[in-house]
Amino acid sequence: MQNLENIINLCEEKAFDLHFSHAKKWKAEDASRVIVGYLPIYFPREIVHAANGMAVGIMGAGDRKQIIKGDAYYQSYICHLPRGVIEMALDDNLDDFDGFIFPAICDCIRNLSGMFRISKKGKFSRYFDYPQNFKRDIGGNFYLEELLKILDDIKAINNVKPSKEDLNRSIKLYNKNRRLIERLYDVRQEYPWRLSAVETYYILRAGLSITVEEHNKILEDVLEHIENNERGEQMDNIRVVVSGSFCEQPPIGLIKSIELAGCYIIDDDFMLGSRWIIGDVDEDTEHPVDALVRAYIERSTFSSAVYDVGNPKGKRLVDLVKRRDADGVIFSAASFCDPALLDRPELQKSCDNAGIPHINFQYHENTGQFKVIKEQAGTFSDSIKLWA
Amino acid sequence: MSNTTEAVKERSMILQKEMLAKQFKELSMAKELGKKVVYTFVPGNLTELILSFDMLPVYPEINALQSGMRKKSHAYIREAEKIGFSEDVCTYVKCDIGMMLNGNIGPTGEKLPDPDLLLLSYTGCYTFMKWFENLERLYPGVPVAMLHTPYQEDGRIADEQVEYMVKQLKEEVIPKMEQVSGKKFDMDRLAKMMENSAKSEDLLVKVLQSAKRIPTPIDAYFAGVYYIGPIFTAFRGTEEAVEYYNELWNEVQDRIEAGLGPITPEGELAEERFRLVIEGPPNWTNFREFWKIFYDMGAVIVTSTYTKVGGTYDLGFRHDSSNPLESLSKYCMGCYTNLSLPQRVDLIEQYVKEYSADGFLINSIKSCNSFSAGQLMIMREIERRTGVPVGFIESDLVDPRYFSYANIKNRLESYFQMLDQRKIILSKQN
Ligand code: SF4
Ligand code: SF4
Repeated sequence: MQNLENIINLCEEKAFDLHFSHAKKWKAEDASRVIVGYLPIYFPREIVHAANGMAVGIMGAGDRKQIIKGDAYYQSYICHLPRGVIEMALDDNLDDFDGFIFPAICDCIRNLSGMFRISKKGKFSRYFDYPQNFKRDIGGNFYLEELLKILDDIKAINNVKPSKEDLNRSIKLYNKNRRLIERLYDVRQEYPWRLSAVETYYILRAGLSITVEEHNKILEDVLEHIENNERGEQMDNIRVVVSGSFCEQPPIGLIKSIELAGCYIIDDDFMLGSRWIIGDVDEDTEHPVDALVRAYIERSTFSSAVYDVGNPKGKRLVDLVKRRDADGVIFSAASFCDPALLDRPELQKSCDNAGIPHINFQYHENTGQFKVIKEQAGTFSDSIKLWA
Repeated sequence: MSNTTEAVKERSMILQKEMLAKQFKELSMAKELGKKVVYTFVPGNLTELILSFDMLPVYPEINALQSGMRKKSHAYIREAEKIGFSEDVCTYVKCDIGMMLNGNIGPTGEKLPDPDLLLLSYTGCYTFMKWFENLERLYPGVPVAMLHTPYQEDGRIADEQVEYMVKQLKEEVIPKMEQVSGKKFDMDRLAKMMENSAKSEDLLVKVLQSAKRIPTPIDAYFAGVYYIGPIFTAFRGTEEAVEYYNELWNEVQDRIEAGLGPITPEGELAEERFRLVIEGPPNWTNFREFWKIFYDMGAVIVTSTYTKVGGTYDLGFRHDSSNPLESLSKYCMGCYTNLSLPQRVDLIEQYVKEYSADGFLINSIKSCNSFSAGQLMIMREIERRTGVPVGFIESDLVDPRYFSYANIKNRLESYFQMLDQRKIILSKQN
């Protein structure tokens, strides 16, 4: 087993390799392999895996690529993520990808799928519509069709039609992945100083551009390092949940600033897609695609992208804060992100009603200045310590 | 201008005014009349279905645009921002929420009734969903019916998508409507209304397509937004709507015969200098000023995408009384903002050619990602495919902070100069 610092460094490198060289190298080893890029938030990667593919998360260019062409495609009042993605597509970053999936989370992502089609990027590019009806025989059927379309798209490229066993095997691997990630968060809930929020971020994000088998190994190693061994030093920090950063990612400097300002981030929605399904997907069924459908319909986490009547996300956020024993919430959303920002007043109200303190700010993925945010988070931390 | 006095009101305008007054009166008396009220959206609306249960529809976007035109939107938006809505998000939502927080007074000065049903026919815009989640919290306990309209991502409507929608109608929407209205669903009544819908739709298409003539007898954007009013909102499927569109079409025919140009607030446009296709909604807070910049320069909009957000009837769709639920589903999926970006580009290209346009202009709306995200690519594609000069301006629907008259005027003047230059060059070449 490698030492933890090496693992973290490796994860940082994979997480921010905007050329996705690891995935491309993996594909080059076997002519029937495919790589399929997907945008935030959630996509059932199991089906790509079962079809001899790798689903690679495209989380934007962050502050690691200069945006020139992308700005010519987007007005100033549109969030930053799509301009970085189109820049990568127009450069050579996404060459070698076989297809692209644009999950239905907002109209920017939706229209970006059309831009990819017009620019003829990939052998297929698909807007992946989620049902907003949560009955198995209505929304579920619709979702099943959506999943089958993608399997057809992949088959048209590599002629692989996954068997029931293939699909069940892939589901098992991703179940394991989700369980390991939850264990990591559980350890951090108890001992947040053992692995910083930034390190956790690297480890989770790396999982979007390597195989699930490799990622599981990394997670197991990391857990072995931190579950029973001390690391770092406990500080007099408050404990916060960060909410609203599920799509355009905050710059690393921002995550660092929050922790440096005295807030342990003990839960967040940065890599929400990897943690979307709560609990296991049935991994031993006759109809594994249907198992994925049921998991989406019955066990999705709460999110700004899902219609929540009957199961309000405000309540679910409050439950999360309580379960994680957090002191407060930091609402941190990308500027111009309609889904996150339109949810914010209601989420704040739920926190107020539950007596949970909160602050909020907005960012761009390439924000370079964190002084104000650090001060805000510092004051938040101080006030909670003072009044707790 | 042939006439710079106050525009003469045509009979169709008077009719529409009367229809609206009656509608809002009825709404203000809904409780006394024992009528149930349904809040819903314009794109992908189920007006005939609502009316077939004798319920009254309210469209929050229409309230927002009316607030914009009556200069009330800024205060409402501020109210919503005070309770935590970001400056960055759709101003229609904020305006509507602000209006509700302020007593929900409608455009005629009368209070709008609270909803008995929130019908989220979620077509072509993701924000609708967020909007209704917020409404649901403003009106706790009010039943919500969700109709999810799949996007035309493959550039067509697939059978399984229709099936999905029909199932939602049958198992979700109609049972909720029966429960709220206390009435049984009546398919024959719905079908009968759809016959009226199709009649109105035929007439509207004739009106809109009259702008293919050179010169055009109508402005299909600034006046077009009035023409689409009844059919996009509470009147589709009614006898009154058929009467309105008959009257409107007669008037347009009279204009054609008399060789008259489009009506503007200052009389008839005397000379048509530039024919434009426009993409994007208009600005409502400064609607008249905005329009004036165009007609002062002899620029007329021959067709627009905005007038298709409540249905792309010019592409041939008609409500079909022999298949009411399927046809409602196809209607929802066919609305302009539910078309994929490649479909939008194809449609605009077709418009530029069929309407003999001199230019293509985008009014990019800060609020509206559904329209705006991707517009710069649309612009490049249209320029490449048609060769007409393209123009780009930015404003907002109902937030006056984002309407800069001087900026827009400057940009448009330069654009019109460019169009002029091109005309000179083309005439020399011919
Ligand atoms: S950051 Fe928000 S608005 Fe932008 S693409 Fe992501 S979800 Fe959509
Ligand atoms: S984003 Fe656009 S279509 Fe959606 S509610 Fe706002 S203005 Fe309407």
